[in-house]
Amino acid sequence: MKIWPVFKKELRLYFSSPVAWVVMTIFLFIAGYFFYSIFAYYTMASMQSAMNPQMSRDLNVTDSVFRPLFSNMSVILLLLMPLITMRVFAEERRSGTIELLLTYPVRDGAVLLAKYLAALALYVLMLVFTLLYPALVIYFTRPEWGPLLAGYLGLLLMGATFLAVGTFASSLTENQIVASITTFGVLLFLWVIGWSAEYVGGPWGRVLSHLSLLDHFDTFARGVLDTKDVIYYVDIIVLALFLTLRSLEARRWKG
Amino acid sequence: MIDVQNLTKHYGPVTAIRDVSFRVEPGQIVGFLGPNGAGKSTTMRILSCFMPASTGTARVAGFDVFSESMEVRRRIGYLPESVPLYSELRVADYLDFVAEVKGVGRAQRKARVGEVMERCHISDVSRRMIGKLSKGYRQRVGLAQAIVSDPAVLILDEPTIGLDPQQITEIRALIKSLAGDHTVILSTHILPEVSMICQGVVIINRGSIVAQGPIDRLVEEFFPTARVHVQFAGPSAAVREGLTRIPGVVGVHDEPSSDGLASYVVESARGRDVRGEIFQLAAQQHWELRELRRAGMTLEEVFIRIVAGEETEAERATATSPAAEAPPPAEAPA
Repeated sequence: MKIWPVFKKELRLYFSSPVAWVVMTIFLFIAGYFFYSIFAYYTMASMQSAMNPQMSRDLNVTDSVFRPLFSNMSVILLLLMPLITMRVFAEERRSGTIELLLTYPVRDGAVLLAKYLAALALYVLMLVFTLLYPALVIYFTRPEWGPLLAGYLGLLLMGATFLAVGTFASSLTENQIVASITTFGVLLFLWVIGWSAEYVGGPWGRVLSHLSLLDHFDTFARGVLDTKDVIYYVDIIVLALFLTLRSLEARRWKG
Repeated sequence: MIDVQNLTKHYGPVTAIRDVSFRVEPGQIVGFLGPNGAGKSTTMRILSCFMPASTGTARVAGFDVFSESMEVRRRIGYLPESVPLYSELRVADYLDFVAEVKGVGRAQRKARVGEVMERCHISDVSRRMIGKLSKGYRQRVGLAQAIVSDPAVLILDEPTIGLDPQQITEIRALIKSLAGDHTVILSTHILPEVSMICQGVVIINRGSIVAQGPIDRLVEEFFPTARVHVQFAGPSAAVREGLTRIPGVVGVHDEPSSDGLASYVVESARGRDVRGEIFQLAAQQHWELRELRRAGMTLEEVFIRIVAGEETEAERATATSPAAEAPPPAEAPA
């Protein structure tokens, strides 16, 4: 499997176009703003709780800082991740480079995996930069490690799911904008599908709630690691990548 | 090296190529000729494993393009017609990527990329972004990526399109220098190009192969006689008569001439040069000979004859309405 050369090429393309830089900058800027305001609020609350022991009993850094921070970050990701994957196949198709890429001695599956892993690497880099926030928190106070790690694992899995759905959308079109809007639409729908679970109720309500991207992420954000949620994300990733592979194959026959 | 049998490709209801069969021997450069839309690119896309054929088989370098696609891909270099390149990569980085993907080892890669850039005259732009290059440079980068892994078979779709005359000459020389070690199939609609660099030719029209073989043989097949152009400023009837009497001459045809002189094309058996006899005859009869030259029987004429012939046949087949049978309108005066 010749994943490595294609992976390198993809990363090089990400950083030689402005998209990756802009997405990263905006993500870090907004995430940083959220962190600042949440942490500033927490500081204020903890100062007040010094005078009010009742309040200090309920105050902990995991629940008051990381849980809202992770939730906010997940919303930014929902908006920005489609922009990372939109070019993956659409641009190759529009510029015709796919004709060369798919005649090099690399299997379609390896091309897909290389492209997906490159997008994932970019995302991991984005997450690594956000480690500054827990680092700052650790400097001032002592958070619990378990929930923090669970939160990051949740972010990683959810982002990886966004990227897989985006890769699939990108393989369906030559137009990057169409790819990104489709991705956003699908993700947003999977995000809000759980909202109707409450009044649908019964087994269907549980199905809707199980399909929701948000409900599964919330468990991670609370610091709970549940295999059910991990499997949910892995399932969607595998399904999306499988469909992408099929779509590449179908496109070959159409020429 | 390339063996294509009964290849057919449908795009939905449209048939791009129909029952195409041809062979290319190892070390040869073969021109793939045809008017625009004849099916050249479709055939090349199938040969390069980009898309499968609807029916039929193609073997490249001994492997089937469908069932042993990876083996084929390791042994080919392909240049698509549109020369698709990554505009955000630098020339040297791009070629390094292609070399790596095509399995050139880390140790040889740098030297190999340098060598190929030298060969394609792109060393001076090696650090430039591909998107910023002129059409001529892009074309040469495209060619460089095709030969960077030193593949046994090269599939080049219109390799000289969009180049200036000097670049065309350079690229042709480059392609010619590949013969022997490499088998090359190149498509073009520039006919002189084929006569200049190819040993063999495959002519395709409307999705079907209409002629193939070595160029000399094709020309011979379509023009079984040797032809000589002559022009006299003399008595036309007598000249015509005299020319016909020359032994070996099988036909004399009038040729339109602009300056009122009598022009003829004299056909004789191939291999027999009647120019000496024509000169003797003119000298004896004191006819004023103005021109005497051998008519070059070029591939161009073969091509036009085949393609035009096909077209009129097709028109005849479809011309059923009375309007189509009406005489053509008189040509407008110049």
